[in-house]
Amino acid sequence: MATLSPIQRRRLNNFTANRRGFWSLWIFLVLFGLSLCAELIANDKPLVVSYNGDWYFPVIQQVPEETFGGFLPTEADYRDDFIASEIQSNGWMLWPPIRFSYNTINYELTVPSPAPPSAENWLGTDDQGRDVAARVIYGFRISVLFGLTLTIASSIVGVAVGALQGYYGGKIDLFGQRFIEIWSGLPMLYLLIILSSIVQPNFWWLLGIMLLFSWMGLVDVVRAEFLRARNFEYVKAARALGLDNRRIMFRHILPNAMVATLTFMPFILTGAITGLTSLDFLGFGLPSGSPSLGELIAQGKANLHAPWLGISAFVSLAVMLTLLVFVGEAVRDAFDPRKN
Amino acid sequence: MSDLLSISDLSITFDNGPRVVDGLSFSIDKGQTLALVGESGSGKSVSALSILRLLDERHAAYPAGHILYKGEDLLQAPEKRLRQIRGRHISMIFQEPMTSLNPLHTVEKQISETLELHKGMRGPQARRRCLELLELVGIPAPETRLTSYPHQLSGGQKQRVMIAMALANEPDLLIADEPTTALDVTVQKQVLELLKSLQQKLGMAVLLITHDLSIVRRYADYVVVMERGKMVEQGATEALFRSPSHAYTRKLIDAEPPEHPLPATSGTETLMTVNNVNVHFPIRKTLLGKVKESFHAVQDASFELRAGETLGIVGESGSGKTTLGHALLKLTPSTGQFSLCGTELSALSQKAFRPWRRRVQIVFQDPFGSLSPRMSVEEIIREGLEIHEPGSSGQHEARVIQALKDVGLDPDARHRYPHEFSGGQRQRIAIARALVLQPDLMILDEPTSALDRTVQKQVIELLREIQARYRLSYIFISHDLAVVRALSHKLLVLRQGRIVEYGDAEAIFREPQQPYTRELLNAAFFYQSTTN
Repeated sequence: MATLSPIQRRRLNNFTANRRGFWSLWIFLVLFGLSLCAELIANDKPLVVSYNGDWYFPVIQQVPEETFGGFLPTEADYRDDFIASEIQSNGWMLWPPIRFSYNTINYELTVPSPAPPSAENWLGTDDQGRDVAARVIYGFRISVLFGLTLTIASSIVGVAVGALQGYYGGKIDLFGQRFIEIWSGLPMLYLLIILSSIVQPNFWWLLGIMLLFSWMGLVDVVRAEFLRARNFEYVKAARALGLDNRRIMFRHILPNAMVATLTFMPFILTGAITGLTSLDFLGFGLPSGSPSLGELIAQGKANLHAPWLGISAFVSLAVMLTLLVFVGEAVRDAFDPRKN
Repeated sequence: MSDLLSISDLSITFDNGPRVVDGLSFSIDKGQTLALVGESGSGKSVSALSILRLLDERHAAYPAGHILYKGEDLLQAPEKRLRQIRGRHISMIFQEPMTSLNPLHTVEKQISETLELHKGMRGPQARRRCLELLELVGIPAPETRLTSYPHQLSGGQKQRVMIAMALANEPDLLIADEPTTALDVTVQKQVLELLKSLQQKLGMAVLLITHDLSIVRRYADYVVVMERGKMVEQGATEALFRSPSHAYTRKLIDAEPPEHPLPATSGTETLMTVNNVNVHFPIRKTLLGKVKESFHAVQDASFELRAGETLGIVGESGSGKTTLGHALLKLTPSTGQFSLCGTELSALSQKAFRPWRRRVQIVFQDPFGSLSPRMSVEEIIREGLEIHEPGSSGQHEARVIQALKDVGLDPDARHRYPHEFSGGQRQRIAIARALVLQPDLMILDEPTSALDRTVQKQVIELLREIQARYRLSYIFISHDLAVVRALSHKLLVLRQGRIVEYGDAEAIFREPQQPYTRELLNAAFFYQSTTN
C-alpha cells in the first residue's frame, strides 16, 4: 500500500466508495477462487487416502486399482463398493464435500434420472444422472475463464484497431471501416455450425472463432474517441513537447478511450459468457460431456418436469452476470477524474 | 414608482446550496443603461436570467427578494404571464451568437416567430416588419438575407439578427448578456454603437452584463459591481470610475494591462528567421487525392525574432495568426523556410524535428482544453522532461517543483488533477509545462483570452517576469491589442493571411502606417480615448 501514488490511491478509494461494486468484486473473487479449486470441492476421487500406512492423493496422482487390492492396473474407482470397503478396512479416506465430478454418473439413484435434490445430490441430477451442483461449479469456472480470455483478447485487438483508425484517419480509417462493415456481415453462427462439422470445437477453437467477430464491438467507440481527441489542444501540446505517435496514443488519448472501453468491458464479458452459453444450448459449443451452463439450460428445457435443472442454471448465470456488471460500474467510477 | 425594473434583496440558490446571488438590489429607469460588472462566477449572468425566470427551477430557488417590473413582482408571476413578458416587454440577447440561433431555420422564420407569438403578425405583414428590423440593425441587402440560414452569416451579422429578434416587439428593457465578447474588436465596436443608437431611437432601457470595463465606461449610465454573488458597489458611471470606494472595484479598474513592455534585454543575436512561409488548406480533392481547391491561410510570412524579445502577432479571427504559430511548430504543414539559431528547421522531417521541440514551446488559448484531464499536474509537467532529458525521477521532481515555483504555484499541488484548478492557475500550469524544458522560444497562442481581466493581468506580469529572468523570446498571438501592447517589442499585423504591417511595436501603436492597422487600433482603444 505504501508504494501507491496519490492518484492510484484515489482511484482505489473511488472504487471502494462504490459499496455495491466493492462487495460484488469480493463475492465474485471468492466464487471464482472456489471454482478454480473445483477439483477439491466436487470430485469422484477422495482428497486423501491412507491405506496400510501409506498416503495417497488421488486428486493429483493416478493410483492403480491393484494398490488397493483390486485386479486391474487402471486407475481405481473409489466409488466402487469393493474398493471403498477395502480402503475403509485398512485405513481411511477423506472425500470432498461433493462426491461427484462433472462427468460422474450416479448409478445408485433410487429414482429415474433426472433425480430431484437430495442429501446426496444437493441440486439433483440431470437426465444422465450427473450431479447438477458439480456441473454448476465446473460450468461457472469454464464460463468465467472463457469470458475473461475472450474479453481481454478482443479488447486488445479492438482497442488497437480503433486507435490506429482514429489516430491516423484518412485511408487507414476508410479501408478499416469498410473492412469491418463487410466482416461484421459474415454470419458467425453458420460459420460455427460449418466448422463444428469439420472439427470437434474445443475451448480454444470456440475462443478463436468468437474472437474473429467479437473484436469489432470496441472499435467504433475507441475510434470515435481517438478521432475526437486527436485534435484536442493537449494532444497538440503533447506533439509540441516532442512526443512520438505511440506515446501520444498511449498516454494522452488512450486514457480518454479507456472510460468508454471500461464501461463496455462488462458487457463484452457478459456477452461472451452468454455467447458461449447459447452455443452450448444449441449444441454447437463445447464438446458433449463438458460442464456447461448452456447445456444445463438445454436440459432444463427438455425436462420441464425437473425444475431444479433450469433454476440452477438460471440462478448461477444471473448471479454471475449481475456481479460482473456491478464490478464494472465500480471500475468505471474509479477512473472518473471528476469524482472525488 | 418611476422605475421600470427594480430588484430588491434578490437571492438565488441552486439545489439548496450556498447563495450564488445574495441580497442584490438595483433599479433601472426608462431609457437608462445599467451595467452589471464582475468577474466570471460573480453571479451576474444568473441574476440576469432570473429577471425573466429563465433559470431551471427544478434546481434554482429564490429564498428572498423581489423583482418588480412596473410594480409587478415577476418572482410571484405565473408562467403564463411570464411568457407574455418575455420577448414582448423584456427581451434578451446572449453571448454566443453561434449557438443562440437555431441552425435549421432561416433568418425570417426566427424573427417572425416572436412577431407571430406576441402580435399575431403573419405573412406579408410579418415579412415587412422583418425587413424593417434587419434594416434597423444595419444588415446590408436585407431582402437577400431573409432566406439565409445562420451558418451563412458572419459572427457580427448573427449578433445583429439576434438583436433584431430581441427588438422585434419594441421591448421596454433589453438584457444584453456579454453581447460582444465572442466578436472581433472591430465588429464589437459596430455592435455596441448599434445598440446605443437603437436605444436612443427606441427609448428602451438596457441592462448590459459585461466583464469589460472599457465598454462600461463608454456606454453605461449607471454601474453595479458584483463580487461572488454580492453587490459591492453601485453608482453613476463617471463618479464610480473617478473615485471607486470599494477595494474590489479598484482592483477591477486597475486590471488594465500595462501600456509598455519591459525593455528587451540587450542582445542582438537573431533567434529565429522566417522566410516566405505559406500554409494551404485543401478544400476539395479529386478522387485520386490531388488538391483541386485550397485555402491560402498564411501567405508569404517573413519576420525575424531576436533573443529575449517578444513579437506580437495580431489580427481578427480567421486572419491566420494561430495557423502561422502552428506552422512554425510543424503542427501544420507549410512551405517556405524558417530557422532557429541558424539551423534550418523547415526542411526537417517530423522525426528529425523532435529533438528541437524542447527549444520551441507553445502555450494554448484554452486552459481547460490544453491539459490532459487524466494526468496529474506533475505528470503533465514532467512528461517533456522524460523525453528530452532522461534522468532520475528525483531530478525530474526537483525540476517540476522549480517550474511550479517559477509560475507562482504551490509545489504541493502537483499531485492534483487539472480540473481542481481555476482558469488562471491552469494557464500557469501550461506555462510551467513549457518552461520546465528551458526553451529558447515560447509561442503564446492567446494565452489570456479565456481569463478574467484581473487574472489576465497577473498572467501578463508573470510572462514579463519569466522573460526577464530566463531571457526567453515570445511570439505572442492575440486579438486583444491591450494585452499585446503590454508585452510586444515587435508587432506583426495579419489580415486574411497576409502581413499588413510589421515593425517596431512602439512605433506602430503610436503611428500606424496602414489604414487597416489604424482601424484595428481605433476599435480597440477608442473606449479609452473617448473617456480619458
